Amino acid sequence: MLDRSFLSSDLFLLTLTVGLYCLGGLVYRRLRMPLLHPVLLTFVAVIVFLQCTGIDYPRYQQATGALNFALGMSVVALGYLLYEQVERLRGSLLPVGVATLAGCVVGVLSVVYIAMAFGAERQILNSIAPKSVTVPIAVSVAGPLGGNVSVTSVVVFCVGIFGSIFGEWILRKCGVRDPEARGFALGAAAHGIGTARAIEIGAVEGALSGLAMALMGLATALLMPLMERYLY
Amino acid sequence: MTGLFFILFFWLVGNALSLLTGGYVSGNIIGMILLFAALCLRWVKAETIRPAAKFLLGAMALFFVPYGVGLMDSYRVILENLWAILVSGIVSTILVLLVAGKTFQSLNRRARLRHIKQHRHDA
Repeated sequence: MLDRSFLSSDLFLLTLTVGLYCLGGLVYRRLRMPLLHPVLLTFVAVIVFLQCTGIDYPRYQQATGALNFALGMSVVALGYLLYEQVERLRGSLLPVGVATLAGCVVGVLSVVYIAMAFGAERQILNSIAPKSVTVPIAVSVAGPLGGNVSVTSVVVFCVGIFGSIFGEWILRKCGVRDPEARGFALGAAAHGIGTARAIEIGAVEGALSGLAMALMGLATALLMPLMERYLY
Repeated sequence: MTGLFFILFFWLVGNALSLLTGGYVSGNIIGMILLFAALCLRWVKAETIRPAAKFLLGAMALFFVPYGVGLMDSYRVILENLWAILVSGIVSTILVLLVAGKTFQSLNRRARLRHIKQHRHDA
């Protein structure tokens, strides 16, 4: 019989999650609408399923522990991405280094100070501070500082979607025409989702975007705890 | 498989270092830096890591689905701070785009000019 205990088993919830993710990808490729990102569709579909069957979040989280473990491994694997991008770079270290530092500091402090002006609590500030970097790193940074990692992942995700939809237009309007600079800015502001968009624009944009994503992640992971302690 | 071993190994060493340094940076991020350093110093070959790394990086979006589903419990926190999160997120993202793009563009142009001058000098 397909009773509650079957539906709330680890294997069922894991299979469901991976299955919905694949289905989300299929729908996304059909419709080509940036707002209907496969991951966003999966969030919604899983939440609807859990609400309908009355399975609570702690049970789901426990069941999908394997995915959480894999997320930890993929942060380490980002070291490989960083190596690949830095190997390709060679030479133009100055613009890359300065732009990364500037992007990282502006990204963290601006989001924190604006949210502070709106009266957000410290837990919220720490949850959204790493919003420009790729989700696994953002979660690894926000978690130990007492942020709510679920808020972090959703906000970081939406920032990525916003950047990938409007980023190119904003850059063009403001006179950033150099393809390398445009790719770099997309990766710095909108991490992996911006990089996916940059790859669609062109190979140069894509490469610089991947580099920016990796370096922003590294810089933010190292500087965030310092900024958290001394600057806000 | 060796690639997976190295990824797990660097994570483990990263965790140990994180504990020893009082948790300033989390273990998997130290692991990321160690893997990067090992590749740069040629202690580990890129080909060894590539298959495992490509798989993990390709499926990264799937791995954070459980965090996103946490929205079903934390949506109240977001709703309570909706304006703070919305305005700061959008303004800050535009700022990062412009600061990173403009800085990179102006420095890149200068680096290129220097490069061209040097070429002429060599000729």
